[in-house]
Amino acid sequence: MIAVVALGGILGACARYAIALAHPLPADGFPWPTLLINVVGCAVIGAFMTVLTEVWRAHRLVRPFFGTGVLGGFTTFSTYAVDIQRLMLAGRAPAALGYLAATLLAAMAAVWAGATAARLVIGRRTR
Amino acid sequence: MNWLLVIVGAAVGAPLRYLTDRAVQARHDTVFPWGTFAVNVSGSLVLGLLTGAVAAGAASSQLQLLVGTGFCGALTTYSTFSYETLRLAESGAAFYAVMNAAGSVAAGLGSAFTGWAIAQALWV
Repeated sequence: MIAVVALGGILGACARYAIALAHPLPADGFPWPTLLINVVGCAVIGAFMTVLTEVWRAHRLVRPFFGTGVLGGFTTFSTYAVDIQRLMLAGRAPAALGYLAATLLAAMAAVWAGATAARLVIGRRTR
Repeated sequence: MNWLLVIVGAAVGAPLRYLTDRAVQARHDTVFPWGTFAVNVSGSLVLGLLTGAVAAGAASSQLQLLVGTGFCGALTTYSTFSYETLRLAESGAAFYAVMNAAGSVAAGLGSAFTGWAIAQALWV
C-alpha cells in the first residue's frame, strides 16, 4: 500500500516539476502554472472519486495509487501558501489576494464540475 | 540529478501524507478532515522555512528541489482538500465545508509566514 502511494506520488510530483521547468516564473511573477495544476487536479479527483464510489468496483490499490498518490503528488497546498506569501513580500498584495481567491474558487468549482460531469455520464450509461 | 531529488522527496512525502491522514482520522470521530488539514498546514510551515532559508542563502537549490518540490509538494494536497470540502458541502455540513476551506487557507498561510519568520531569525 505504502509503495503504491509512493509510486503514484512520484509520478504526480514529476509531472508538476516538468510543468514548472517548462514555465519558469520571475521572482514576483503570478503563479499561473501552480494555479492550473491545482485546478486540473481538483477536476480530475472530483470525477475519479465519483466514479469510484458510485459505479466502478476498482481494485483496492486504484484509489491509493491514483487518488492519494498521483493526484496528491501533482497538486500542492504548500506551494499555494508560499506563493501567496511570496507575492505579498514582493509588494504585490492585490495579486496575492487575487491568486488566493482565484485558486480556492476555481478549485472548488472544478471539483464540483468533475463530480457533476461524472454523475451525468454515469446516469446516461446506467439508464 | 535534479529529477532524482524530486523523486526521493516525493517518495517520502506522499506516503507520509497517507500515514498521517490515517493516524489522525483514527483519533477523532468528527466529520472534519483534520488529517489533510494537518499535512497541509505542516507542509506549508516547512516550505515557508525552506523558502526563507534559500532567500537567506542558507539552503541550496538542490535542497529546494528535494524538500520543497519533492517532499512538501507531495506531502500537501489541493485535490484531496477540495474533494473533502465538496463532500462536507454535499452531506449537509456546509458550516464545516466553509470552515475547512477558510481555516486551511488561513492556517496554511499563517504557517508559511511563521516558517519564513523562523528562517529570518535563524539565518538573517
